[in-house]
Amino acid sequence: MVALSLLFAVGNGTLQEVSAAAVQGASDGVELCISMAGTLCLWSGVMEVLRRGGALRALSAALRPVLSLLYPEFRKNEEVMGAVSANVSANLLGLGNAATPFGIKAACAMAKHCSGTASDALCMLVVCNTASIQLIPTTVAAVRASAGSAAPLDILPAVWLASALSVTAGILAVKVLSGIWRDKWNA
Amino acid sequence: MERITAAVVPAVLALTALLGLWRGVDVYQALLDGARDGLQILLRILPNLICLMTAISMLRASGFLGWVCAAAEPLLRLAGIPPQTIALMIIRPLSGSGALGVGSELMRTYGPDSLVGRTAAVMLGSTETTFYTIGVYFAAAGIQKTRYAVAAALIADIAGFLASAWAVRLFF
Repeated sequence: MVALSLLFAVGNGTLQEVSAAAVQGASDGVELCISMAGTLCLWSGVMEVLRRGGALRALSAALRPVLSLLYPEFRKNEEVMGAVSANVSANLLGLGNAATPFGIKAACAMAKHCSGTASDALCMLVVCNTASIQLIPTTVAAVRASAGSAAPLDILPAVWLASALSVTAGILAVKVLSGIWRDKWNA
Repeated sequence: MERITAAVVPAVLALTALLGLWRGVDVYQALLDGARDGLQILLRILPNLICLMTAISMLRASGFLGWVCAAAEPLLRLAGIPPQTIALMIIRPLSGSGALGVGSELMRTYGPDSLVGRTAAVMLGSTETTFYTIGVYFAAAGIQKTRYAVAAALIADIAGFLASAWAVRLFF
């Protein structure tokens, strides 16, 4: 990415802007991390309470039919299943801030046995989280309302349909690509 | 509807605390232990996040995105996606706040209830900041080789954009 931007900076005469952006971007990264710190710690704490209270086990039992299809290798792993269940629930509730810490927990638990290389389950987890699956897109609705929309939430069915298709495409892509990738390396 | 969404966070927090008390968990201690874990994760992803954000903002400033926009326009017409939304589609996987900015600009320019405005809103609602998510998850898990994750996530994004344009035409 850095090489690409240098190439285009020279081509477009935007070198000045690019060097300013590099410095700005680096400090943006720190800022983002600090602004994430509060929610990350809060929701990690909430998850710990839920886990000790046994709620994560109940949640993962409820979501087991779907999740064991997506992550067959972790079907019996309580730590992974609990974190993934919390991640999915938070995504559905539209708690993006909470979904990330839960998802990160799940990723850490999944990565315990693979050293540095993404497993199929990890790829699946990441792809499911890059395709947003929230029931009520609050931020977008707020933007529409402020732009003077007559009914900010009338896009809901379209958002659901598009999200569902996007998640399905992502899951299919993971399933197909995992097959191809394995053949390539193990052949 | 807005009141329901506003109630979700407090409700989840309160229910969690009640559940902990009911099950005899030391709620405060558990909260602190979890938060400490969160802080450790944060330290692990900070360097990655800095590199990622630097590269992305350099790419945005270099004019590369404008070039991609021009190159992709004929393709979009073929796919039935309003060509005004192209900048949004390119910025969406890279930067969440950038995409929100471009999206609200589109909604203001064309009207939130126009075809373009609606498509932009649905695109924003049905996709995520892909590179940020991938970066954070893999950094936290200590993964260097991401294999096909980026490809699969981008396939999901493209499917989401196509589906957004199609769904808006279907419902409105």
